Amino acid sequence: MKDFLIFDGIHKSFGQYKAIDNVTISINQGEVFSLLGPSGCGKTTLLRLCAGLETPDAGRIILDGTDISNFPPNKRKVNTVFQNYALFPHMSVRENIAFGLKVAKKSRSEIKKEVDFMLDLIQMQDHADKKPALISGGQKQRVAIARALVNKPQILLLDEPLAALDLKLRQRMLIELDQIHDEVGITFLFVTHDQSEAMSLSDRMAVMNEGKIEQIGRPVEIYESPVSSFTAAFIGDTNFFDGRVIEILPENYSRLSIDGLPEAICFNDSERAVGDMVHVSVRPEKIMMQSQSPSVNHKMNIIKGVVENLVYLGGSTKYWVRSGEWMISAQQHHHHFQLDEKPLKWDDEVWLSWHADDGFMLERYHLDDEKMLTMPEDGDLLAEDIGDDEQLDDDYEFEKKRHHEI
Amino acid sequence: MNNLMMIMNLKKSGIMKFKISNEIKLSLPSLLWLLVFFMIPTVIVVLISFKNPDPFGGIGVGWSINGFSDIMNSYFAVILWRTVKLSLLTTIICLLLAMPVAIYMAKADAKIQNLLLLLIVIPFWTNFLIRIYAWKTVLHPEGFLKKIFFTFGLVPENGSLLYNEGAVLLVLVYAYLPFAILPLYTAIEKFDFRLIEAARDLGSGAVRSFVKIFLPGISQGIISAVMVVFIPALGSYVIPDMVGGPDGEMLGNKIAQMVFIDRNLPKGSALSTLLILAVILPGLIRIFIKKSNLTEAIARHKRPKVMQ
Repeated sequence: MKDFLIFDGIHKSFGQYKAIDNVTISINQGEVFSLLGPSGCGKTTLLRLCAGLETPDAGRIILDGTDISNFPPNKRKVNTVFQNYALFPHMSVRENIAFGLKVAKKSRSEIKKEVDFMLDLIQMQDHADKKPALISGGQKQRVAIARALVNKPQILLLDEPLAALDLKLRQRMLIELDQIHDEVGITFLFVTHDQSEAMSLSDRMAVMNEGKIEQIGRPVEIYESPVSSFTAAFIGDTNFFDGRVIEILPENYSRLSIDGLPEAICFNDSERAVGDMVHVSVRPEKIMMQSQSPSVNHKMNIIKGVVENLVYLGGSTKYWVRSGEWMISAQQHHHHFQLDEKPLKWDDEVWLSWHADDGFMLERYHLDDEKMLTMPEDGDLLAEDIGDDEQLDDDYEFEKKRHHEI
Repeated sequence: MNNLMMIMNLKKSGIMKFKISNEIKLSLPSLLWLLVFFMIPTVIVVLISFKNPDPFGGIGVGWSINGFSDIMNSYFAVILWRTVKLSLLTTIICLLLAMPVAIYMAKADAKIQNLLLLLIVIPFWTNFLIRIYAWKTVLHPEGFLKKIFFTFGLVPENGSLLYNEGAVLLVLVYAYLPFAILPLYTAIEKFDFRLIEAARDLGSGAVRSFVKIFLPGISQGIISAVMVVFIPALGSYVIPDMVGGPDGEMLGNKIAQMVFIDRNLPKGSALSTLLILAVILPGLIRIFIKKSNLTEAIARHKRPKVMQ
């Protein structure tokens, strides 16, 4: 069903701070929809508005045709998986899961049946009588999901559910979440600052920045054809070039002049006119690197440069190539046994080339975007997430310790 | 891997043993203090309660249980009932008053928190006796409270706010309220209010969330508050003595009377012994609860086998 959950012109401020600024989103029934953005972009506030833990200043939230904007949280058929799980510490796993059903005054036998089904789904039958303090972070996470799902909500809200887990566990929980979604078919609204989580799980996603929606679309649309420089920079890495349209070519192409680089040909579906100042985004993995001059093709843009820095990432290597005043990042995958190849080294002369279809002309609208460009600064290179990872809480520590011991 | 874990466990237990012995060494001075100035006197009191009185107010020769039987057939039941009733009421009223204060304090900004804590502590800078004496003035038949109440027709001309159970209860609550607020505040400050949000999210109303999630979450604080209010209230002497009069007497006053006026030390000791038993009982319950928490904490240290 389309338009199952609608955020209609939502505004929400905390004092002077505008957390949500005129957000309108429509979510379909049964889909996994992600809200993605840096910390402070308003994604969690939007989720809390949906759960009823906050009330909007203006706008409506419509769930399955009913305006739920002013319903208290306990009157909404919506359940939340909280960031730190918020399991009740004085109750066992079983009691935690049964809580919502008890509140709903279901019969004992019914509660037992449904809780057992959930324990089965999350594979926690053996730990049913343990208190939350005695189970690991990944297990807590699954209990939190079961506790929410057992109430058969119309929408399951997930607030950074994987943030407290370490990388390996996070990857496994992602797959489990996906399986659970396939099994129960409930609509998921998923909040995260981690683009890889959002990309791998969502049917559609909304990129948020400073309380506004930047772009809504399928992950592939958002990655491959970002509509704003913020989206391009926040989702994955990208190179930005400042350019000016100098000639319109047939088939939606344009010729651009970029200071300090040869003229470039770029796809121009946004109908920018001659003389427009544009911002061209080219993803590092779309740039090919060769140590010999590539054959000339009229849709290929070729730039000569010198390798200034490189980082070996295992499956691929990331290079920063200097060409005039520009620093261009390019990512190359290794298709052969790396040690047999003659890898490119520091100060090697290289030719970079990218296809006209792989560049996007965008409007540049804030200076902050520049901070997100991936320039090689020590210590920054391997930072996996843009956002806060400060909550290395007990669960996380617990998981880490456990991994060391095994 | 198993061997390694075993070695690590052994090591851990070794460290534990070392720690415990060290702890005992460090607490030896205070243990000694408690032994000499609390345990031994208590034992002496219990022993005296089984002695015969001596006509000059000392301890006579031979053993008897007259001290206990003398209490049983006197005014004892009334006083015991009043003592327990007043102590329980004090505890309940203190908890009810302290709870909203503690919640407000725990949720307030750090600045306001410190200010409120200071305000709670400030009365302790004045001598306890003087504060009780102040109440005597406030409640006095010529005092302003009486006059105000009288003008509104709340008390008759010859009625008194002083020297009754109500006065004792009022001043007991006044005296012990800070002791109820502090442990509750400490517990509530540590409470994760997101749990309430989670309960609300799961369909629970405000009352249910409070009773099923909030109260169990701060149970340790509640238990501490009950202990620090109920036990001292049971043994209160100064407050009923100053504002209670004959109608507000409690066990403490009775003991003092037996020792200083009746000059019957064994009888006073017998009553003290009963009071000690009454105090120890909730203490034992407390220890029992703590013990079960301790075993839980130990169990927590044994890492669960988790699936991979």
